[in-house]
Amino acid sequence: MSPIEILSGLALGFAFGFVLENAGFGSPYKLTSQFRLADWSVFKVMFTAIVLTSVGLMLSEWFGLVSLEGLFVPPALLGAAAIGGILIGAGFAVGGYCPGTSVVGLMSGRLDASVFLIGLIAGTLIFAGAYEQLEALTSLGGVAVGDTLPAALGVSSLWVNVVMVIAAVAVFIGGSALERRFGGPVTAIEAVTGDSRPVKSSA
Amino acid sequence: MQLEMQPKPFWHPLWAGIALGIVLLLTFLITGHGLGATGFTTRVTAWLASGMPAFMGEQSYLGPIAEEGIFSAWITWQVIGVALGAVFSAWLARRIRFQIDGQKTLGTPRRLITAFAGGLLAGLGARIAAGCTSGMGLSGAATLSLAGFTFLITFFAAGLVVSRLVRGVR
Repeated sequence: MSPIEILSGLALGFAFGFVLENAGFGSPYKLTSQFRLADWSVFKVMFTAIVLTSVGLMLSEWFGLVSLEGLFVPPALLGAAAIGGILIGAGFAVGGYCPGTSVVGLMSGRLDASVFLIGLIAGTLIFAGAYEQLEALTSLGGVAVGDTLPAALGVSSLWVNVVMVIAAVAVFIGGSALERRFGGPVTAIEAVTGDSRPVKSSA
Repeated sequence: MQLEMQPKPFWHPLWAGIALGIVLLLTFLITGHGLGATGFTTRVTAWLASGMPAFMGEQSYLGPIAEEGIFSAWITWQVIGVALGAVFSAWLARRIRFQIDGQKTLGTPRRLITAFAGGLLAGLGARIAAGCTSGMGLSGAATLSLAGFTFLITFFAAGLVVSRLVRGVR
């Protein structure tokens, strides 16, 4: 690790943590309200970031700033990705965090987040202990159509990005409508104090 | 007076999303890869297990990772940065409060069990998928990868179903 790499890790991580905390993603109540459809912040924030990055990378490539071949794209092992998604989604609903947000929860004083992190290490140990049996799952469901959606569909990333922008707008409009129906997004006061968690009427 | 002490509101999700997108885009442009989390916890696990021969064989999962060490990985510095950025933000906005969140609705023993069980499921899942919500969901989908979208769809579906079956934090 060169000092520059260490510095880039610290700086980009700092910004990542700063934004996650300000979005309210240290609170397991706010995070899991996404699954109760009462608070769409998780999907609004993630979708906006995904679209902005994807469009930004496309423009960067057009202007010759970056070669998309040089970027890390996870291989299309869709079975492995699906099993991981199911386990992490279930773990999120049960435990209230995902791995990254548990660090944010812990740093805002939530001791339950440290227990989540201990569970995370235990889960990693179980995987390692049963690696001979589980290794096959890590390469499950590989598809040969390409690693990305534009490659699989045989279209330019421009068209995928256009659809993504429309989908993001739909997430904001639909999400806000459901937030109104199910009692609105979790406020900072509710998230921090744990008080005033009334079941708001939909009227 | 009381207003002074109250936590500041969270950012609007649109602004938070734009800020997160700028951080993620910069990460790709500077490092060639996205943001993550479990790369670090896996290295911590390998370090903890390095005294246990059962986990350190030549064909083992953690053995080669333990040899690399914790601080030789970019992800370690990134997660240290996440912790510092989060505590700085929470301090600025008066959102630090020492608590077992979810205790009021679940009770302490049950909340600690759900926190542990959730972490365990996530730890297992992140090793099978080679990434978590940050590394596979967020960063993976930002490269328009099929694996990233697959992860996000199954993540949301499982969360929807399980949150109806198991009482979580509320």
